[in-house]
Amino acid sequence: MSIVNEAKQAVRGAAMDVMEKAVALAPDSWMPGGEPDPLIRARHGSIGASIPRIDGPLKVRGAARFAAEFALDGMLYAALMFSTVPKGRIATLDTAAAEAAPGVALVMTHRNAPRMKPMPLFMTAEKADGGDNLPIMQDDRIHWNGQPIAVVLADTQEQADHAVSLISVTYEAEAALTSLATAKAKGTEPGLFLGQPLKAEKGDADAAFVNAPVRVDRRYSTPRHNHNAIEPHAATVAWQGDKLIVHDASQAVQHTAWSLGDVFGIAEEQVHVTSPFVGGGFGGKCLWQHQVLGAAASKLAGRPVRIALSREGVYRMIGGRTLTEQRFAIGAEPDGRFVALIHTGVAPTSRQNAFPEPFILPTMSSYGSPNIKLDVETVHLDMLANTFMRAPGESVGTFAMESAIDEMAVALGIDPVELRILNQPTEDPLKGTPFSSRHIAEAWRAGAERFGWSQRNPTAASMRDGEWLVGMGCATATYPYHRMPGGAARITLTRDGGARVEIAAHEMGMGTATAHTQVAAERLGLSRDQVTFAYGDSTLPGVVLAGGSQQTASIGASVIAAHHGLIKELLKLAGNDSPLAGLSADEVGTVNGGLAKLDDPSRHESYVSILTRSGRDHVAVEGSASAPLETMHWSMHSFGALFCEVGVNSVTGEIRVRRFLGSYDCGRILNPKTAASQFRGGIIMGLGLALMEETQFDERNGRVMNPSLSDYHVPVHLDVPEIDVIWTDIPDPRAPMGARGIGEIGITGVGAAVANAVFNATGKRIRDLPLTLDKLM
Amino acid sequence: MTPFDYSRAGDVAEALRLGGAAQAKFLGGGTNLVDLMRETIERPAALVDITRLPADIAEREGGGLLIGAAVRNTALAEHPAVRRRYPVLSRAILAGASAQIRNMATVGGNLLQRTRCPYFYDDAGSRCNKRNPGQGCDAIDGFNRNHAILGASEACVATHPSDMCVALAALDAVVHVEGGHGKRQMPFGELHRLPGDRPDQETTLQPGELITVIELPSQSIAARSTYRKVRDRSSYAFALVSVAAALKLDGGKVKDVRLALGGVAHKPWRALKAEQALRGGEATAEAFRAAAEAEFTDAAPLRDNAFKIELAKRTITAVLAELAGDAR
Ligand SMILES: Cc1cc2nc3c(=O)[nH]c(=O)nc-3n(C[C@H](O)[C@H](O)[C@H](O)COP(=O)(O)OP(=O)(O)OC[C@H]3O[C@@H](n4cnc5c(N)ncnc54)[C@H](O)[C@@H]3O)c2cc1C
Ligand code: SF4
Repeated sequence: MSIVNEAKQAVRGAAMDVMEKAVALAPDSWMPGGEPDPLIRARHGSIGASIPRIDGPLKVRGAARFAAEFALDGMLYAALMFSTVPKGRIATLDTAAAEAAPGVALVMTHRNAPRMKPMPLFMTAEKADGGDNLPIMQDDRIHWNGQPIAVVLADTQEQADHAVSLISVTYEAEAALTSLATAKAKGTEPGLFLGQPLKAEKGDADAAFVNAPVRVDRRYSTPRHNHNAIEPHAATVAWQGDKLIVHDASQAVQHTAWSLGDVFGIAEEQVHVTSPFVGGGFGGKCLWQHQVLGAAASKLAGRPVRIALSREGVYRMIGGRTLTEQRFAIGAEPDGRFVALIHTGVAPTSRQNAFPEPFILPTMSSYGSPNIKLDVETVHLDMLANTFMRAPGESVGTFAMESAIDEMAVALGIDPVELRILNQPTEDPLKGTPFSSRHIAEAWRAGAERFGWSQRNPTAASMRDGEWLVGMGCATATYPYHRMPGGAARITLTRDGGARVEIAAHEMGMGTATAHTQVAAERLGLSRDQVTFAYGDSTLPGVVLAGGSQQTASIGASVIAAHHGLIKELLKLAGNDSPLAGLSADEVGTVNGGLAKLDDPSRHESYVSILTRSGRDHVAVEGSASAPLETMHWSMHSFGALFCEVGVNSVTGEIRVRRFLGSYDCGRILNPKTAASQFRGGIIMGLGLALMEETQFDERNGRVMNPSLSDYHVPVHLDVPEIDVIWTDIPDPRAPMGARGIGEIGITGVGAAVANAVFNATGKRIRDLPLTLDKLM
Repeated sequence: MTPFDYSRAGDVAEALRLGGAAQAKFLGGGTNLVDLMRETIERPAALVDITRLPADIAEREGGGLLIGAAVRNTALAEHPAVRRRYPVLSRAILAGASAQIRNMATVGGNLLQRTRCPYFYDDAGSRCNKRNPGQGCDAIDGFNRNHAILGASEACVATHPSDMCVALAALDAVVHVEGGHGKRQMPFGELHRLPGDRPDQETTLQPGELITVIELPSQSIAARSTYRKVRDRSSYAFALVSVAAALKLDGGKVKDVRLALGGVAHKPWRALKAEQALRGGEATAEAFRAAAEAEFTDAAPLRDNAFKIELAKRTITAVLAELAGDAR
């Protein structure tokens, strides 16, 4: 049983049945019984080439236009006022001075905001992507400390900001629940994700644990984290009659268009969302109240509006990762084989969403054990709705899991790498399904060799370099392969020999456009400069969330579908006067700028020739990706073997990471250059999680007290050592292009790799993130 | 940000005239003041830009240095005489902020930068006696990891954030100021105040008074001096604890010593008790540790910052041992 798969199924709803029928008619190559994607065999072309990002020059020149850089005629600038109490109602609200301030066009509050529905909460419908489901400026209620209570529109940003400071407000505060300890004392409830309990059980883990000869049973905790993408959230919004245009920073353009339509009571076709460039998403850039407020204020003012959040604004109204308190218990035989794995704990969520951080996810597939028990409990706090943040679940779940494995290795006196390899399962530990492709042992061996793991002294606190205690640690990284339903793409061939691939996907800096230009060129038998990849626009086909590391697979499957259709269409156009005459779609492929018989390349006709002969300027075909049945049949996961060397200062407790290596097994790597950046970026974010990231949430009143990048620490250059990344590059036969996603795995496991290295350096086991120096003194 | 007037002073007299107006403030590099204005914590009616005032570093007769208040932090840190004769000052400056901020920041502004207490910064949502005298202090029972362990009061437990000032405190700098009532000079230790019951009054400057020069007396001890800053990441973070020290040995004994601490109090903290314990004593790790202990007998930890007491003691001991090692 898999929570994730059940969740996916819930999302699919009725659309699923229809899709399964469609699949039966045209079984995809990577489906049960099908052949792997033929592109997997392409070894020397575009795929796997280290191509620099095609958006690089645009960004270096400042020519890439981000959401807050669209300038519209008559545009007003928005500034927000945030509540300072966690719960209650607005008692008095005086906006007169703000309204009279220079340049101010409008002050919107609950008194004059247009009537709107709450946002449809993320994943409660196929295209729902709202961060919370509260009424937005519809009444005087306050639900969290930081809730927007007024929007000022003015001719300049400075005027709007100033006018906000002239608004005076008082509150009738009510008792709020903002302390986790208090909430837990009142009792926890089962953590639900999309209505499904975050729970799994196999065998009798409690009994097996008690009877196990060797036991480790520990508690680990991780703090709240905030999203800190380099581009703060922003939208430039305009109404054209009853049509809403939103230039957004989005990882879900199609979802946002549909959801905004729902909020404003208009059809999704009436909402046009563009998002050509996104300065980092990480799960934080879906639909939050600012886009709704921007659109509402624009409607009220009758003018376009730019709403660009300040950094503080991001902390006040964009959710981050919630905190966790985890128990991880392992029972093992003296030879190291696990007999019981128990991973339970509490992760609070807000009242206006339901997303207890699913920290048990990594334990569902990483190790074999006859007895497994997983359980996330939750409590509801009066706080900003938390949300997805790079590898929700795995990022912090691996901290507990991989720390506990390290503790078990110490208890057993077994090398932690060997212990991990020893406990590799032969089939999915919970579902019993076969693995599509699992080469983690190879990744461990290659990583250990390259890192020089054999030089580690297993005795803690035994290596020294001057004032510095030196240690090495390792940990597993893991993230599942996902592919959500709804993918679709359009391929247009033009008579000049070019191709345009269109899909409502997203470029958030990870190299999507580059990698998929490579893939499309390879698939169509064209050179890269003949292919244009168009994305980031809700008028394009496909419902593609840039989340769950699934975008690559979703785009891949969508383009495959369109490609099938394209071949059929081209054959029709080629007709009987072509060398291809009489061939069926199954017998031909796209090579060398045209169609050719698969086993006889001499029977070839170019696209240009087919289009010219048939008198066509272009041919366009849209295809819908088949349902993601592969994840039901196979257990599909990416893994990584992480190695870390730290120095811990014996005087001050300061930690410096000296070396880091990630050895990954993520299927085929489409572009080594962009992939290495993804892995490295994830590892750097993981170093932040390990060493310093922590949202200071004042439990007295639920207020975030470090809402700035000078107070909320993320790694600076000097905190980041040389990071080596290698990969197996073994294609997954069940994934389009053989590639599982790589966007999120980088952050996973890093917290534990660092903590385990710190233990090796000092003999001190820190089970509470971040690993600040006071914990080591 | 609240609207304000801006003018630029060409000389000290003009600065004093313009700065004497009600609610006027001097503007150095603006790296602190402008931030505070954006947060509406500072709402001056007028800014008087003083970055065109003398920005020289001049040799004083007898070997000291006279540093114009408008000298940029980077220029001071890089000055050859400072690096050679007062390495602690150069290192302290370079341990602070970022290269970009140091390029903007002036010496005068660095002295008068305000605390980084998060409740002080939260004008909209938190109580703070420094911002609003008598309102209460949300830090005392809140997040106070970066707060004071020495010399705090029931009204305020904030720390002074400057690195440079810790070195200046150790170096017995003299502050030259000029105001409507003429010129005066004061020892560096008299510039900043402890919070007492008026944490809003951070210095002993009179309204409209301008810092013109920082004077570094000639001190042979300063040639063997250093600065060590302990913080939550490798760079670009304020000190949890920092130590500025200079040491002169005579055989195995401490002939003279200067010791100042950052991150521990409302002002740059000259560790006079420790200095007294050290002077004339043995230059051993035990003696250094004992002196550090002496400095912290009155330390008062808060919820989150008790670790700083031990951290400071260890850092002092290590810094003195390093200087003693160098001296031998
Ligand atoms: C992100 C960030 C990180 C930082 N990190 C550090 C750090 O690690 N360590 C550190 O030490 N500092 C740090 N700083 C603070 C920095 O050192 C100060 O902002 C800077 O020194 C202030 O100098 P300024 O010239 O910009 O002052 P301004 O902002 O111009 O002025 C500050 C104050 O001094 C007054 N003033 C200026 N000159 C005079 C004068 N001649 N006479 C009288 N009054 C005057 C102004 O009226 C104002 O009240 C950091 C700052 C930032 C923004
Ligand atoms: S410690 Fe001082 S600065 Fe901080 S809130 Fe209290 S009074 Fe204000």
